[in-house]
Amino acid sequence: MVSMNAIYLVVTGVVFVLLGYRFYSKFIAEKIYRLDPNFETPAYTKRDDVDYIPTDRIVLWGHHFTTVAGAAPIIGPAIALIWGWLPAFIWVVLGTMFFAGVHDFGALWVSVRNEGKSIGSLTGEVISVRARNLFMIVIFLLLLMVNAVFAVSISNALVATPSSVIPTWSAIAVAVVIGVLIYKMHVPILWPTIVGTTILYAVIWVGDQVPVELPAVVMGLSAGPQWILILFGYAAVASLLPVWLLLQPRDYINGIQLFIGLGLLYAAVLLAGPEITAPAFNMDAKVIGAPPLVPLLFVTIACGAISGFHGLVASGTTSKQLDKEPDARFVGYLGSLGEGLLAIATIVVVSAGLGSSEEWRAVYSEFGMHGIDTFTRGGAGILASGLGLPVEFAATLLTVMAVLFAGTTMDSGVRIQRMIIQEWGTIYKMPFMQNHYLATLLAVSSCLVLAFGAGGSDGQGGMLIWPLFGTTNQLLAGITLLVISIILVKLKRPYKYTLYPMFFVTAMSVLAALYQLMGFFENGQYTLLAFDLLIIVAAILVILEGFSAFNREKANTV
Amino acid sequence: MGRWKRWLHLADEFYKAPYRGAIAREKRDQEDLFMLLVFSELMGVPNPASYYTLELQPILLENFHDWHTRMGMEKSPLDNFRCC
Repeated sequence: MVSMNAIYLVVTGVVFVLLGYRFYSKFIAEKIYRLDPNFETPAYTKRDDVDYIPTDRIVLWGHHFTTVAGAAPIIGPAIALIWGWLPAFIWVVLGTMFFAGVHDFGALWVSVRNEGKSIGSLTGEVISVRARNLFMIVIFLLLLMVNAVFAVSISNALVATPSSVIPTWSAIAVAVVIGVLIYKMHVPILWPTIVGTTILYAVIWVGDQVPVELPAVVMGLSAGPQWILILFGYAAVASLLPVWLLLQPRDYINGIQLFIGLGLLYAAVLLAGPEITAPAFNMDAKVIGAPPLVPLLFVTIACGAISGFHGLVASGTTSKQLDKEPDARFVGYLGSLGEGLLAIATIVVVSAGLGSSEEWRAVYSEFGMHGIDTFTRGGAGILASGLGLPVEFAATLLTVMAVLFAGTTMDSGVRIQRMIIQEWGTIYKMPFMQNHYLATLLAVSSCLVLAFGAGGSDGQGGMLIWPLFGTTNQLLAGITLLVISIILVKLKRPYKYTLYPMFFVTAMSVLAALYQLMGFFENGQYTLLAFDLLIIVAAILVILEGFSAFNREKANTV
Repeated sequence: MGRWKRWLHLADEFYKAPYRGAIAREKRDQEDLFMLLVFSELMGVPNPASYYTLELQPILLENFHDWHTRMGMEKSPLDNFRCC
């Protein structure tokens, strides 16, 4: 096998995605979305200084970039390396350039052009009300899966790396103190940031010295499931607290962590120049039980190539704060590069940091058993050889970083789930569902059913939810691209740049969902089977209605 | 110095902007509650402090109008109290 230095991979990936921004996004901005600097955005037309307020594009970019680059661009590629590094790399780079960029950018643009409405709302307007209701169900299922799978990922990471326990939980205390200082005591941002970040990294050193392991068995539950329960308990409390106290400072620390983490990883790879020891294509994949590359690669790596979740972010708060329409290219397209860069970094460290080819194969001997821990193991060695950090400290640092990313998604996810349940309580006139605490309990219980239903009380195999999460995420992205395409048809503009990605992503998702259906049935995993069926039915209905709307609009414009 | 101040401003906005709406809404909910407590007697809810809260009613009149509009009520829900 011819070995290759990881630097080539890094440089190729970064250059291509930047070329995508320089040329492809410019083409889309000028010829397809036709951004108009004189268009008055909803931040001005509906300004209320609550939701609608013009905001600096660098701030919006930073928010989009740090929101989309979370734990998923780490976990997905770590799992997908089972097929070799080349398929994952190509999908991440091309996906970021031609799928994610256009999707995030497009979701932001259509929302800005339509009074800041969310993609869900627009689905109701351009397709049908039934499609919108199904869309809301898909979003709820996605949140359920995000919370469940991240809880399993975090618990696996905390068990595998006991030195990360103290820093992970200390980060909550650091966030609360930062929240109080900035919001209540109006301390300017600089010193809480510097001191808070310094304390966080100091506590990482402490965690290294004082690893914490939960008891082996408590009430029949092993350490993994114990962590899952603790995490959901925490997420429930975090989602109920005032946002300024915990969620806001946690998001902020996350953003800082992301920039530092990306900087460290890329610097380490460039300085260490490790050789890639993973195969470009893993010929043993089928033998060790990996499902077929097509379609599963495209749902295993969602965030990192294209993710429907990001359209919700873009059309959620971002579109209501966009100052000028041309900013959408910078915020939406360039913002989506955050996930691509993190995914590329993961591919590199997992393909070059796990030792020799034989050692790599020993790690990748079974499908679905990889995640944050694999990323940590690969990255720690590279940080050690590239930057001279002690290996154990580097391992703890990377684990804490990934766990914090997943943790903030969990507590925000539970909060959004609770708000959706409360909204259903209002729409369907069920007062008990409008209660904060009951709605939170319902949200967390539904996630626990999935988390334990997937893996059983021993928590093993919880990562089986991952492809299902990716499938749902990609279906959401497909629906968003369909909505954008229909709007382009109405405007009599070329729509193939959003429609072709839509076909591909939707086809792969449906195929993956059907493939997994067989697997869940054969293995007797009826909870997952039920979720999968629900997703397939919802997706098919929305797509059929979507195409009906598409053809209707095409007929109207002839 | 100008660039440094700009970066600090951006960092400050990076902190505040994502949750500005959520915080404003939470504040607004608290103010709604306070305002409704001020009008509680008129709505038939006994309020031992009404002798004092009566003084605040003219000040909160515009807030009350905004509130009932936000709640989807075209006219004021209080028969003897017309803000519009």
